[in-house]
Amino acid sequence: MTVDWQTIADAFGLGGIYALMAVGIGLVFGVLRLVNFAYGQLVMAGAFALAFAYEHGWPVWSGILLCFAVVIALSVAMDWLVFRPLRTQTPAVMLVATFAVAFLLQSIALLWFGSLGKIAASLSSLNQPWTIGNVDIRKISIVAAAVAAGCLLTLVLLLARTNVGLHMRAAAMDFRTARLLGVRANRVIGSAVVVSGLLAATVAVLMTVQTPLVTPDFALRDTILVLAGVVLGGMNRLVSATLGGFAIGFASGFLGGALPTNQSQYLPSFLFAAVILVLLIRPGGLFTRAGQQAVERV
Amino acid sequence: MRRVRAAVELLAPIVLVVLVALFGTTVSSSTQTYVVTTLVNVAIVVALYVFIGNSGVVSFGHISFVAVGAWTAGILSMPASEKPAIMPNLVGFLRDTTVGNVPSLALAAAVGALFALIVGLPLMRLSGLAAGIATLGVLEITHNVLRYWEKIGPGLNTFSAVPETTGLLQACVGALIAIVVAFAYQWSRYGRMLRATREDAAAARAVGVSVYGQRLVAFTLSGAVAGLAGGLYVHLLPVNAESFYLDLTFITLAMLVIGGATSLWGAVVGAVAVSAVDSFLAEAENGVHIFGGTLDLPSGTRIVVVGALMALVLIIRPAGLTGGRELPVPRAFMRSVLTKFST
Repeated sequence: MTVDWQTIADAFGLGGIYALMAVGIGLVFGVLRLVNFAYGQLVMAGAFALAFAYEHGWPVWSGILLCFAVVIALSVAMDWLVFRPLRTQTPAVMLVATFAVAFLLQSIALLWFGSLGKIAASLSSLNQPWTIGNVDIRKISIVAAAVAAGCLLTLVLLLARTNVGLHMRAAAMDFRTARLLGVRANRVIGSAVVVSGLLAATVAVLMTVQTPLVTPDFALRDTILVLAGVVLGGMNRLVSATLGGFAIGFASGFLGGALPTNQSQYLPSFLFAAVILVLLIRPGGLFTRAGQQAVERV
Repeated sequence: MRRVRAAVELLAPIVLVVLVALFGTTVSSSTQTYVVTTLVNVAIVVALYVFIGNSGVVSFGHISFVAVGAWTAGILSMPASEKPAIMPNLVGFLRDTTVGNVPSLALAAAVGALFALIVGLPLMRLSGLAAGIATLGVLEITHNVLRYWEKIGPGLNTFSAVPETTGLLQACVGALIAIVVAFAYQWSRYGRMLRATREDAAAARAVGVSVYGQRLVAFTLSGAVAGLAGGLYVHLLPVNAESFYLDLTFITLAMLVIGGATSLWGAVVGAVAVSAVDSFLAEAENGVHIFGGTLDLPSGTRIVVVGALMALVLIIRPAGLTGGRELPVPRAFMRSVLTKFST
């Protein structure tokens, strides 16, 4: 096992990215009780937008703008076409539905862009190292961690200080009571969906720096891991979901970098075994207090 | 009255499956492969139905039982002379044991059931979302282990050289066994108790039904059927670890949901209908002549269409094409049958 600063910085970077995805999934779960399996495909769509801009030689800022526009349009469309009609169904039906949407988007991408993928390398200069003391660390690891921290801080302010944030928190706690007290359901859900889309676009920008090759299954594995992490941390509260996402990102980044390949190939098995164990022993999640159980047991 | 309904419930899917198989005898051998695959899919979807349909709990993990069944049947029925080339690191007793076609299928079902039982022992305590994520975890772990553990299989290699015994006859018999098992289960008291827990868990518990126990029974049984289907699969075409992963999970779940998850008829109709659409589109991706013109679709169209179909059915008709009911028996028919038998 070899640990260097780069591995640790990478783990922080990946943890930050996964934390952002966890917040995106957790926000929508809070107001809709819906686990969005198709979240990774939003990231994939954003990454393809970046690849499109890079291919046509657009300036960096307009590529990022296109990425945000595409992802937000797609997440709003998803809300209108899929989430809204299914709002009254059980969580399991909604999970299966988003599973279908995920595959639909992935195969559309396959049809459109082919299985070989496209390159989005407009920000690849961030892969250059920064030298701190006598240690080299890739810029993107630090940028990813910093951007993630910035986004989370903004989100905390949004939730704590604004009216929309107050409504969202109320809706996440008890949707029915919140509506009775005058919170508008569609507006709250809509803003949660838009914010989670913003986060997905940010994740797309950060992830394409590390993996410039964008394929239709871009971010699919990451989404599955983040979902596991969110459940691991505890779905019920945004903080615990975020911590869970960060933990699983940090763990897989750290262990993946530190262990030799013949040991790290079973890493997903251990991560998912840990998730199942947590579901059984602490069904509410690792980072929740007693009495806040999101899942029921028989 | 009850008997007529039971007969229709059993015979309708059987007739459909036999018709599909008969259709398979009339077409070219390349089209026949699609028909055989359809019949194997019927077995997988019926396995899903036994658990998901009767319990109302979503499982993303059943394809791991299919995979384990395929591994069992594939390793044990591969000729001993071929094993060292494809699976050089196989443990001793797997390397030295070779069994015939039918025993390999029986063992596949047994191992599938055993694996489902072991997995179900802890997991059946979970419901809803947690069950979905946990079973997805089971799929991930199984896929990960089968991919890399070369002591118990080919690892990243493909199962070539397994005798290709799954033709029309074997696939049809396999699908029929799955249907009969599912039917027998849903008419048994265990099936009724599990459906009671699906409708109202608290009420079922109040009359003394163990939700956990009944789910475990169904999970194990559906593991056996899924294992059998995996055995059929490995005898049909050369498979590898990637064959039993998210894609197959998605397409079989789509079949179940599109057909109607809460009835055996729905499971079989969904499997046949989606397989038919899927095979047609797969052909069309290579270009087919139809209605006097040539239809040539780009590759990847089939998953787009199936995905769109599944999303549409979920949104417009959440209970599926059949409404999640068994084939309704017309009153007139019922009356005529009853008078004939009562005299």
